[in-house]
Order: sequence, then structure tokens, then C-alpha cells
Amino acid sequence: MISTRMTSENEPGPVLPVPNTLPARPTKFAADPAPVFGAPAPSSIREYLSKRGSGSLADNTFAAVMLVCACSIFAIVLFIFGILVIHSHLSLVQFGWKFFTRQAWDPVSGDFGALPFIYGTLATSFLALLMAVPLALGVAIFITELCPQPLRSPISFLTELLAAIPSVVYGLWAVFVLVPIMRDVLGPFLYKYLGWTGFFEGSNFGVGMLTAGIILAIMILPIISSLTRDIMNAVPNSQREAVLALGATRWEMIRIGVLRNSRIGIVGAIMLGLGRALGETMAVTMVIGNHPDIAKSLFAPGYTLASVIANEFSEASGDLYLSALIEIGLALFLVTIVVNAVARLMVWAVTRNAPARVH
Amino acid sequence: MSTQPLSNQPQPMNFQSRSMRINTAGRSAMNYLVSGLSILATVLVILPLLAILFYLLYKGASSLNLAFFTHIPAPVGEAGGGMANSIVGSGIILLLASLMGIPIGIAAGVYLAEFGRGRALATAIRFTADVLNGVPSIVMGIAIYSLIVVQQKHFSALAGGVALAIMMVPTITRTTEEMLATVPHAIREAALGLGVPKWRTVISVSLRTASPGIITGCMLAFARVAGETAPLLFTAFGNQFWSFKLNEPIAALPLQIYVYAISPYDEWHRLAWAGSLVLIVLIMVSVTLVRIFANRGVLKGAS
Amino acid sequence: MGVGILVEDLNAWYGSTHTLQDINLHIPANHATALIGPSGCGKSTFVRCLNRMHETNPIARATGVVKMGEVDIYKDASPVEIRRRVGMVFQRPNPFPTMSIYDNVVSGLKLNGFRNRRILDETCERSLKQAALWEEVKDDLKKKSGASLSGGQQQRMCIARALAVDPEVLLMDEPASALDPVSTSKIEDLIFQLKSQYTIVIVTHNMQQAARVAENTGFFLNGKMVEFDSTHKIFTNPKDKRTEDYITGRFG
Repeated sequence: MISTRMTSENEPGPVLPVPNTLPARPTKFAADPAPVFGAPAPSSIREYLSKRGSGSLADNTFAAVMLVCACSIFAIVLFIFGILVIHSHLSLVQFGWKFFTRQAWDPVSGDFGALPFIYGTLATSFLALLMAVPLALGVAIFITELCPQPLRSPISFLTELLAAIPSVVYGLWAVFVLVPIMRDVLGPFLYKYLGWTGFFEGSNFGVGMLTAGIILAIMILPIISSLTRDIMNAVPNSQREAVLALGATRWEMIRIGVLRNSRIGIVGAIMLGLGRALGETMAVTMVIGNHPDIAKSLFAPGYTLASVIANEFSEASGDLYLSALIEIGLALFLVTIVVNAVARLMVWAVTRNAPARVH
Repeated sequence: MSTQPLSNQPQPMNFQSRSMRINTAGRSAMNYLVSGLSILATVLVILPLLAILFYLLYKGASSLNLAFFTHIPAPVGEAGGGMANSIVGSGIILLLASLMGIPIGIAAGVYLAEFGRGRALATAIRFTADVLNGVPSIVMGIAIYSLIVVQQKHFSALAGGVALAIMMVPTITRTTEEMLATVPHAIREAALGLGVPKWRTVISVSLRTASPGIITGCMLAFARVAGETAPLLFTAFGNQFWSFKLNEPIAALPLQIYVYAISPYDEWHRLAWAGSLVLIVLIMVSVTLVRIFANRGVLKGAS
Repeated sequence: MGVGILVEDLNAWYGSTHTLQDINLHIPANHATALIGPSGCGKSTFVRCLNRMHETNPIARATGVVKMGEVDIYKDASPVEIRRRVGMVFQRPNPFPTMSIYDNVVSGLKLNGFRNRRILDETCERSLKQAALWEEVKDDLKKKSGASLSGGQQQRMCIARALAVDPEVLLMDEPASALDPVSTSKIEDLIFQLKSQYTIVIVTHNMQQAARVAENTGFFLNGKMVEFDSTHKIFTNPKDKRTEDYITGRFG
């Protein structure tokens, strides 16, 4: 039993149990309460609001419109796939799977094979990754772990700017700056010291696989770097502190506490860079030489899937020619979708709980 | 005190022994090496950016004059001329693309954030949008070519606008969704609790609060497609003269830069440099504005 | 004037969790009713069922009868219509950050399409006076944003916002739990003055608060309503042993 009085001085009013009739909702507003602070009776508000509809029609329409717009994303993907399949029908039927293993590319005789382009795309992308990944990781490590706080923002801003430069501007710069450097300085240098490997032989006009690889590397670097940064930032500080408390050097802390935890995500970031490299068109077209050959030397000109479309599409005479080019586009579409899907899954697996950024 | 004889007690780790000192020195050296490498990497990355920018400034600024912004290209061999038609053409195509892409993108983002939370369909759409962002732009170009240009039997600004619009939609969808997710659920509840219907809540409370961030996202998408060339190659196609009709081929800045860059004429090279400078300045201004707004807007809207 | 609320066999679920079990009670009009109980016992869920906010969560559902006056709020009206008649004040103040104080207070009217400038101004003044905030903000109504006020002021503004639509019932979910003692006592005074005009249901962790402001009190435990009686009775002579244990601080 409680003896302390915890109630206030004002004794309560009516109590239970449930009466048979309930106080009715006033339907007329004749019995308005006396205005509390001199303001007019608020009945017009109640009247107005009770006359407003439930808005359910507007709600349902709105939701439906939003849903339709959201499904447009599916529609876009399906549409692209569908139209590419339809318009590459001729070539699909004519060549079948062998299209991707044949080396011929002869518009005159109607003989088409995509192997040189596949080689060119893969080789330039691989080269680009080889050059870009160590650099991107280095930059990411620097910005997240080593950089003094005031420099962090400007440097990451600069790498963002690098990502914002359009492909055609990279291409322009590459044609007038990188190609001469390649032809006059870098090429001879590589031939002199690494010519024995067989990768740097033959005539060097500045355009070729290596130049394309370099400009691609510059272009995919910001993506890999900023994604890796996000992934590294998603590792909780407790991991870093735990390793440091064991007496690790800073590099060891980074290696064990951060990189090991984010391995999968970093692989995903690299794959996203790969996806971008596979589809990059303008800059590559301007410096790769546009010659459908497969050669060991990196000085040799090549051709990528995207470049052949860019160069020959508008002059494609004949339905089979056009169809072959569209089939190449279809292949490019499917490959980049698969690479991107796998990459996104990996990145998502690691950054699931951290706030995401769009790339 | 232990009762064991002294020699059996555990000895503290001797960090001064020779092997330990070598180990520590080695790890320390590795530490410095990696630090040095990462600094080197950063420098190597910033270098091309600065190189490109300065070279552009150098080549482009000397070619820029008033005529650049007011004249169309002169016939080959003559000096003078500009890229006015390309600038205007880009503007028209981008306007078309924005009119089509921004509303659909925002609406899709609204669906994902406000109506689809937790549902499988929303996850699928989100994933598809991310994947679509990675599709090469030239593929978009040939798809729209096959859809519109082939039917109409001519290139057009409209086709170019559509190609750029479908590139804007996934980006805007994701940024809109992310910005809406930062709106605290409590204020949505406040509006719903007042008897405001859901559609009105979404528009007047959620969108309004997240609007700085959403506008930022649209600007990002805009800046991204402003520099795209590949999708316009077979849709807008380019035009040496003034063109304001949506049904004709139209010039666009990045497209013409490409055409001039691979041409053999010096005069056209000059135009390409000048055009690149203009394009880059516009894009960098957008990116910088985005950064400023992102820092101010998100904090202001979501607090 | 307020209306009475009759609740019959109310059950509520979040997904598969049965959060409210067979709630039966009558909340009398124009009085303040307090709901007390330990954390997680379902009092907030119950209150959210009274204005159908419970169903804004996609995995939530409720069955039973809740009658406000003559209206069965689940069968006779849509959620939007009900929420216009029932005001709600939340645990943490949630002003609209992009709106001024004025716009915040009249948002329930403006966002429902009300346009009459004069009545909006009068309503704003009336509500702010009812919430005892008028003197403090009357010069900055349109200049300051709703989020720029102090915590206690924001909560009183939220109360004004809820009152501006002239509801018949006012639901308050621990309105003072996030506030300092001075603001808390101001809000309790407010409730005391408002209860003659509205039916107030207040959820509170603070038993002294319930004792100070409410005529009736209900004790919730594990999703069930254990006892409902006059506040005086509950705190001096509770019928159920569990109520007594809670009141004397044995748990919760």
C-alpha cells in the first residue's frame, strides 16, 4: 500500500466505467467554447478541414506516377538490349559465335570478325589498370591516412576535377602532347632499355596501344581512387586503433587494419575502373591508330570495340556492315553490364553500412 | 614476489637485441618507403591534371577572342570564325535532355526513397541504375540511332537530347534518393500527423528539405553529359552552320571539338583548343558550385 | 470541445510482434489522460493507433474498434481525415527546417490548401498564445526559421502547430522527455490549461508528471493495459499488484 500522496491538489473528474452513450462529436458549432484569448472561434478551420477530401485519389495517382518513372530505368535497359539485338540480327545470324573469334574485318567482301577489337580493348584496359591501380591506391592511402588535414580537401577536390574532364579533351591533349612525347622521348627510351622484351619493337609514330593505355590510365584513376577512399573510410577507427595498440608502424596499421578489411571493396573499385576503361571511346579513338591488328609490340596501332563503332558507324554502307557494328555494340553493352554488376556487388558488400556516394 | 628461482621467471622482451633492432629498422624503413611512394603517387596524379589545365589555358586562351563566341566556323582556309553555333547547339541539346531527364530522374528517386523503402523492387531498380551508369555512352548513342534516327531518316537535335537524357536519369535517380534519405523521418511524421496527404508531404516537406542536395545532383549529371561526345556522334551528328530546329542535325561543343581535333587544318585545331577551354571552364565551375552547395546545402536542409 | 475515445479489443502488430493485446478503455472528453508504463510496453504504439499513425509503417497493422465520438476511425474515415481531427506532439520537437515560425505553426492549414490570409494570421496568433510562446516569438514570426529556436521553444511551437488545426483530441507522446526542467514545467502548465478545451492523451515515463496533469491514468505492461482508473486511485490505492510494483519503483 502506498501512503505517499503523489496527486496534485486538483482532484480528478469523471472516472470509469464505460458509459452507454458517448459524448457526441459536435456537428453544429453553435456551442462554441468562449474564445480563450480573445481570438475568434476557430470553427471555420474545422469546417474547412472536414470538407477536404481524404486525398486518396491524389495519393494513389502520385504513387503510380512515381512508380512508372522508377520502372523507366528497367525500361531503358531492356530497350537498349532489345534494339541492339534486333538491329544486329543479320550479323548474328550470319556469323554466330564465331564472330568473336575471327580476325577478319573486310567491309568490301562482307567478312567480319571482332577478335582484333576484343584484343585491343582488353590489352589497353589491362595496360591502363596496370598503371592506374598502384597509383590510385597510393593516392587513396595518402589522402585517407597520411595527408595532413588542411590538404585533404583540396587534393580530393583536384582528383574530382580530374574525373570531370571530358573524354574528348583528354583526347585532344593526348593527340597534341602525349603522342609527340611518346614518339620522340618515351618511345626511344623504352626501346633502348626494354626493347629486348619484344613489347617495344617496330616503328613508333606515337599512336598505338601504349599511348592509349596511358591516357586510359589517367582517366580511370580518379574513379578507382575515390571509391577506394570511400571504402577505406568505411573501415571503423576501432580497427586502426587495435592494430596500432599492438605496436605496428603506420604502414602496418594501414596494411593490416584497413586494407585487409577492405580487400573485396577495393577489388570492386578496380573492376569499376575496368568497366569504365572497357567502354571509353573518344580519347582512345584519337590515339590508338585505328588499325585492326593484333601485334605484340605496344607501339603498334590497334583498335578497340568502342573505337571501331565511333569511326566506322556513320560510313557503314550495307546492312551487314551496320549489323556487325551493332553486334559489337551489343557485346560491349553486355560485357560492361556484367563487369559493373559484379563490381557493384563487391563494393556494396563492404560499404553497406557507410553512407554512399554516387560515382 | 614469485617463489621460483630467478632464472625460471619470465624475462621481459628484450628490444635491444640485434635481431630485434634489425626487425624494427626494417619495418621502419618500409614505413617510410610506403609513405614516400604514396606521396609520389599523389604527385604523379596531380601532375597530368595540372599539365592538361595549364596547356589548355596556354593554347586555348591565345585562341579565344570575341569572334569565338559570336561566329560560326569560317570556310576551310580562312582565318577567323568561332564556335558560336556549337555553344548554342550544346545549350539546346542539354536543355532538351534536362527537360526529359530531370523530372523522370527525380520522380524515380522519389519512388525509391518515399514509396519503395525495403521492397525488393526498389533494390532491383537501385542496382540497375548503378549498373546503367557504367554502360558506355556510345552504346546509348547507337541505340538511340536505331530507334529515332533510322525511323526519321535524318539526324536531329531531338535524338541527341534523348540520348543524353537516358544518361542523366540513373545519376539523378541515385542522388535524389540519397538526398531524400537524409531528410529526418521525424518531420515526415510531423506532416502526416497534421493530416497532410502523403503526396503533399513528399512535395512540400521531403523534396523541399532535400532540394539543395537534389539540385546539386542535377548539376552533377548536367556537367557530366555536357562533355559527352560519343552519344552525339550518330544522333545530333554536328552541323557547320546555325541550327535551331529540333529536327535537323545540330552542332555540339564536344562533338565539334572532336571533329576539329582529328582534322588536318591548323585553324580548326585552334578552335578545338579554344572550345576545350570553354568546355572545361563550364564544367569546372559546375563541379565547384556543386562542392560548395553540397557542403552548405545538406547541412542546412537536414538539421 | 473535445470528444471521448472508446477503444474496444484493440490489437496491434509490428510484423509478427504482437505489440498491443486486447486493449479496452474509454478516454473521457475534455480531460487529460496519462498513460504510464515501462519502456517498450506499448504506450507509444497505442497512442499512434489513435490517429492511425501506426499504419505508416509498412509492416504494422491493427485490428479492433477505436471510436472518436460517433466515428469508428478505422472504418468510417480515412487516415488523413482522422489526423486532421487529432493533433499529435512527438517526443522530440520536429519543426520543419525550411519554414519560418509562422509557416510552421500554420503548416497544417497551408499544406491542406487553406489560403485566407487573415484567418491564417489569427490562427497563428491564437495557437502561439495557447502554447504560451507568443510573447517570445511575435517579432520574428516570419524572419526566423522554425529550427532556430531552443528545444523547449521548438516543442511549444510544435504544440502550437498541432493546435492550429483546432483538433478535438491532442495526443502527446512524452512531449517533455527531451527538455530541460523549466521547459517541462511550462509544458505541463500548458496541458493543464488546455485540457478543458481538448481531450488530451499524454504518454509519460514520469509518474509525477502524470500525477500533476492528468485526471485519469492507464498503466500499460507488455502490451496489455493492466489498470485504468483515476490518477488519485492509481497512485494511492492501485488494484493490481503489478501497478503497485511499478509505482513504487520496483521495476521500469
